[in-house]
Amino acid sequence: MNLFTPLSWNDSGFILTGIMNTIYISVVAIVIGTILGLLIGFLRAESNKSVNMVLGGFLDILRSVPLIIQLILFSTYVGAMGHPLSPFIAGSIILSLYTMAFMSEVFRSGFDSVPTSMRTASRSLGMSYLQTVIHIRVPIGMRAVFPSWLGVALSVIKDSALVSVIGYMELLRTGEQLISRTQEPLMILIGIGLFYFMISYPLSRYGKHVERKMAI
Amino acid sequence: MIEIKGVHKSFGDLEVLKGIDLNVNSGEVVSIIGASGSGKSTLLYCINAIEKINSGNIIVDDIDVHDKKTDKNKLRQNLGMVFQQWNSFPHLTVLENAALAPRIVKGFTKEEAEEIARKELVHVGLGDKLDVYPTRMSGGQQQRLAIARALAMKPAYMLFDEVTSALDPELVGEVLDTLRLLRDDGMTMICVTHEISFAKEVSDKVAFFHKGLIEEMGPPDEVLGNPQRERTQQFLSKVL
Repeated sequence: MNLFTPLSWNDSGFILTGIMNTIYISVVAIVIGTILGLLIGFLRAESNKSVNMVLGGFLDILRSVPLIIQLILFSTYVGAMGHPLSPFIAGSIILSLYTMAFMSEVFRSGFDSVPTSMRTASRSLGMSYLQTVIHIRVPIGMRAVFPSWLGVALSVIKDSALVSVIGYMELLRTGEQLISRTQEPLMILIGIGLFYFMISYPLSRYGKHVERKMAI
Repeated sequence: MIEIKGVHKSFGDLEVLKGIDLNVNSGEVVSIIGASGSGKSTLLYCINAIEKINSGNIIVDDIDVHDKKTDKNKLRQNLGMVFQQWNSFPHLTVLENAALAPRIVKGFTKEEAEEIARKELVHVGLGDKLDVYPTRMSGGQQQRLAIARALAMKPAYMLFDEVTSALDPELVGEVLDTLRLLRDDGMTMICVTHEISFAKEVSDKVAFFHKGLIEEMGPPDEVLGNPQRERTQQFLSKVL
């Protein structure tokens, strides 16, 4: 009996699920990471030194500890505490926090890039603090850092491959399973790499286009 | 009417305003001149409640500007201010720049706000630039946009803080022309300026600031034409 069976069209559904799961967890992490990053970035831009030190320390840990270690520690620890989480939930939480840590720095520099005189001018028109934030600082600051935001978002798509270590069936893990069945690692890994490229490259091109359109 | 009584203001140990008394009546144009660091701009910032004062009073139409209970955002709607740097909002077109505050602060609809903004922009000569982004315009045009943006809030008073200082010399004229236009409209204005001849031409009253105090104040012909105080004479001999 042959233990290994070659890749066939029957595998396409399985591969597609992997692709969709990669996109799914990436979108979740980018959306949540962006929203939290925006809030934390704003808090950092507005806060005094001591608040910044606490926040900065927390973010430094998230940024410095390799994502793979965070994923394993979190999912094992929470499971051992008697609250096992599905690989998707555990992966989404960690990947979102990891994304947030990078996004918050991006957004902070965006907020810092809006000159104080611009705020003063806005306030002198009768705008409240909150109106200045919503209508002036966010739109101007975020335009300035859009390329960096896109860079983080693209790297999150690639980093999502690491969520495979806690059992989430995304593209890489799908590939690993196919490899163990077909014993065709070269072709499958090249194929997977190509898929990541096909997801990331159009986004990066589109980002360049948006960037040009928003150029101020 | 703006009444400034005994205003003191310090930044840390540095006392910038050392007791300023100044009244600006409705329809009056008051120019403030003086060397850098004499406290001219600081006074404008205090009138608009951007900076707090240490003591004294600033009363605008019977409202105490620095009273804790005063709604500063509401107060500022009545006190238009234009700065040395024009601070155009780069993400908005010229029309949107001027329509933003009437819409979000005063609650006008988009159409109403744009109608108000359009009128003011046409008034300052930017009628053909409505859909342009401000970064594509010259400093003089952006400064006129800043003026129109402030006027769109229909303020009773306008404060001008060295609005021509950051401009290339050939662009100064168009901005000064806009200020003349406002004077002809009867706008009450306080202009901190280095343009002595302009101050002489448009002002009802000129105040010469020296080290946080008003050294000399009066009609432009007197203060600028025949200054009585030695420091005023020295200053004018340097700048004229």
